[in-house]
Amino acid sequence: MTALELAKQLQARFGELISEPTEFRGEVTVTVADAERIAEVCAVAKRELGFNFLLDITSVDNYGEDPRWTVVYELYGLGHRCHLRLKTHVSEEKSELPTVTGVWRTADWHEREIYDMMGIRFRGHPDLRRILMWEGYPYFPLRKDFPLAGKPSEVPDVAFTEAAPLEGGPFVTRPGGKDAIEREPRVRTPEA
Amino acid sequence: MKTVTEFGYDSRIEGDVVYTRLDAALNWFRKNSLWPMPMGLACCAIELMAAGASRFDIARFGAEVMRFSPRQSDVMIVAGTVTYKMALVVKRLYEQMAEPKWVIAMGACASTGGMYRSYAVLQGVDKIIPVDVYVAGCPPRPEALLDALIKLQQKVQREPLLATLKRPGPAR
Repeated sequence: MTALELAKQLQARFGELISEPTEFRGEVTVTVADAERIAEVCAVAKRELGFNFLLDITSVDNYGEDPRWTVVYELYGLGHRCHLRLKTHVSEEKSELPTVTGVWRTADWHEREIYDMMGIRFRGHPDLRRILMWEGYPYFPLRKDFPLAGKPSEVPDVAFTEAAPLEGGPFVTRPGGKDAIEREPRVRTPEA
Repeated sequence: MKTVTEFGYDSRIEGDVVYTRLDAALNWFRKNSLWPMPMGLACCAIELMAAGASRFDIARFGAEVMRFSPRQSDVMIVAGTVTYKMALVVKRLYEQMAEPKWVIAMGACASTGGMYRSYAVLQGVDKIIPVDVYVAGCPPRPEALLDALIKLQQKVQREPLLATLKRPGPAR
């Protein structure tokens, strides 16, 4: 049994919903066309295809494109030792999709992390709170339109943040300089 | 009955008595028994542990009694990255320490935020508590921490202790 065969089985089960599997460096990816049905697809992948281990859920911010969010599910089967990646797209206006905590309980914290960092909500999640930042932090820091330096905020008696001094950085390099001071300037002056 | 005390040269007690200032004596007691509060927040704490272990042996400087209660500590060693989530906890622990108290910022992160120019990291623990000695390094070797401790001892020795002691009476 290979991951490609399993992906084909998933495609045969759901038809149009599942895209043609793509393989890159030995890893198989399929796209689920409708994010609303992701929990249903995951349930079948677990119960019928043996993907009993959810490695991770991550999200991608395709800033400036529509749909803005991509949610990525990394599936693994401890029995057949095959890995399968599911991708699905969510629009910014919606920013919501069903939870898969009913399929794998480990999805709980993965989904909380995505909610915390990206602001994508998971409908039906048992406890959708922030997991890394504190309650009341007003931003979603992994979004592309959030500055690397951060923004000032304050929740009294809990935590505060300030914008970090970046000074053109961090880790500014300019190749071709004759010495380290030129190659790694502390401050990058804007191009004229 | 003898009423005159001999403070001049006395051959009978020579070598047994040392004259000094009260300041200097009290500071000498303090500086050789600085109990650290190990505020281990990241990888610098590993070097802090090494400084406490047999090879580097922080006990040679009287600072081996790591206290995990702020109320029993003299010097807070902030060893690691102070995130904004942890910042007010560090501040509260510092406030719970009894006077006199000192702070060593160990490593680049505790001193300036280090490589974390980021939304999540406090850019130097001196933004929330006063720091006595900064230690460079990422992480600093245990020798660097011992050097910081010796520098702190020198600082403690110079303190005008009696002038800053609280006088009895109503709080001002």
